[in-house]
Amino acid sequence: MIRVLLPAHLKTLARVTGEVRVDVPGEPTVVSVLDAIEASYPMLQGTIRDHVTQERRPFVRFFACEEDYSLEPPDTPLPNAVAQGTEPFLIVGAMAGG
Amino acid sequence: MSGVRLLVGTRKGAFILTSDGKRERWDITGPHFAGWETYHLKGSPADPNRLYASQSTGWFGQLIQRSNDGGKTWEPVGNKFVYEGVPGTHMWYDGTPHPWKFARVWHLEPSLTDPDTVYAGVEDAALFRSTDAGQNWEELPGLRGHGSGPSWHPGAGGMCLHTIILDPTHRNRMFVAISAAGAFRSDDAGETWKPINRGLKSEGIPNPNAEVGHCVHRIAMHKSRPEVLFMQKHWDVMRSNDAGDTWQEVSGNLPTDFGFPIDVHAHEPETIYVVPIKSDSEHFPLDGKLRVYRSKSGGNEWEPLTKGLPQKDCYVNVLRDAMAVDSLDSCGIYFGTTGGQVYASADAGDNWAPIVRDLPAVLSVEAQTLQ
Repeated sequence: MIRVLLPAHLKTLARVTGEVRVDVPGEPTVVSVLDAIEASYPMLQGTIRDHVTQERRPFVRFFACEEDYSLEPPDTPLPNAVAQGTEPFLIVGAMAGG
Repeated sequence: MSGVRLLVGTRKGAFILTSDGKRERWDITGPHFAGWETYHLKGSPADPNRLYASQSTGWFGQLIQRSNDGGKTWEPVGNKFVYEGVPGTHMWYDGTPHPWKFARVWHLEPSLTDPDTVYAGVEDAALFRSTDAGQNWEELPGLRGHGSGPSWHPGAGGMCLHTIILDPTHRNRMFVAISAAGAFRSDDAGETWKPINRGLKSEGIPNPNAEVGHCVHRIAMHKSRPEVLFMQKHWDVMRSNDAGDTWQEVSGNLPTDFGFPIDVHAHEPETIYVVPIKSDSEHFPLDGKLRVYRSKSGGNEWEPLTKGLPQKDCYVNVLRDAMAVDSLDSCGIYFGTTGGQVYASADAGDNWAPIVRDLPAVLSVEAQTLQ
């Protein structure tokens, strides 16, 4: 079970509070976690990454275990602590604008 | 009992303002979609409780929300707007080709007869349609593909398709307007399109009389006379008596003919309203006086409407989708400002009062007359 922390606006959209938990078969990667989140919460499709290109939206960043995974290849494995559920995968809205 | 529901889109969410037919006391709910820009909301003429809203941010992109109960509850529906085929290019600000790229939905126009059919005008300019209540969207590619698309330029606010008018008499006829490409008409339900800009003159473009390239800010029509169109262009207020085939300037005695919204009285097809703005470089009312101008002659002869509106130190703007009329016996007219005020007149503009003063900047106002 992967723990995921969404930014506040996406929690509201998904109608959740706190962390969400998703099942990811096999070794979790950025893309497999995002696939699982969008499958569980279809209303988030298009808000984290582009519908067609699957590129991360520019003002969204991914972190795990204090490391920035935003620019890593999407199939980069996530740390064991995320895979084991001891640390969350963080989806963060950039601090920008007003 | 009759009443009015105003759908107000702002920089930080949507608000719904309701009143009975007297339009003296208003209930306000919101913010809906708090923190998100809400460019536009509109209700279905066929089912007033079916509402659609365009919600977006620079962080998380575009969402479309739908309500089936007049805005009490909302649910996100489809937000996948993909251009048909290879998107191609339009002109960028510097005159170089620029790939077409979806940014946001500026305007939603529900069908006149089917609550599940709704059109979306988007940036970069294109027209989309959903026939399943917003779940899925398909481009009507004949608009971008009619030939002039590669030469379209964005206006200062982006290359947006901001106006969609469905002709109530000729069911296959529709009009759209794009900044800064101009106005277009389809006579076959959106399959094919032609520019309708003859008579427009824009000094800021290489050929002031060009077939396309005009910064049309807004078009309005009265449902009883759909061949007559009124236009607020970047500069100039225009009128067409032949469904856009030709246009004549009707700015007349306006103190400035720059502005954004234009609308038509619900029961008097020759009575129209604009909000003159000082200039394209100073987006606020002339002399700090917020004045709506009304013409009862379809243009040329205009009178300022000032009672209840601030007549000093007012430097707000009124954006293109931020004016609306109701259809009660005494026509109500409403507009919102970038300062967060929504003003109402229950007597066709003679007297005004603010419904609310401190909303986020208002992007759009739509009025629903409830029976």
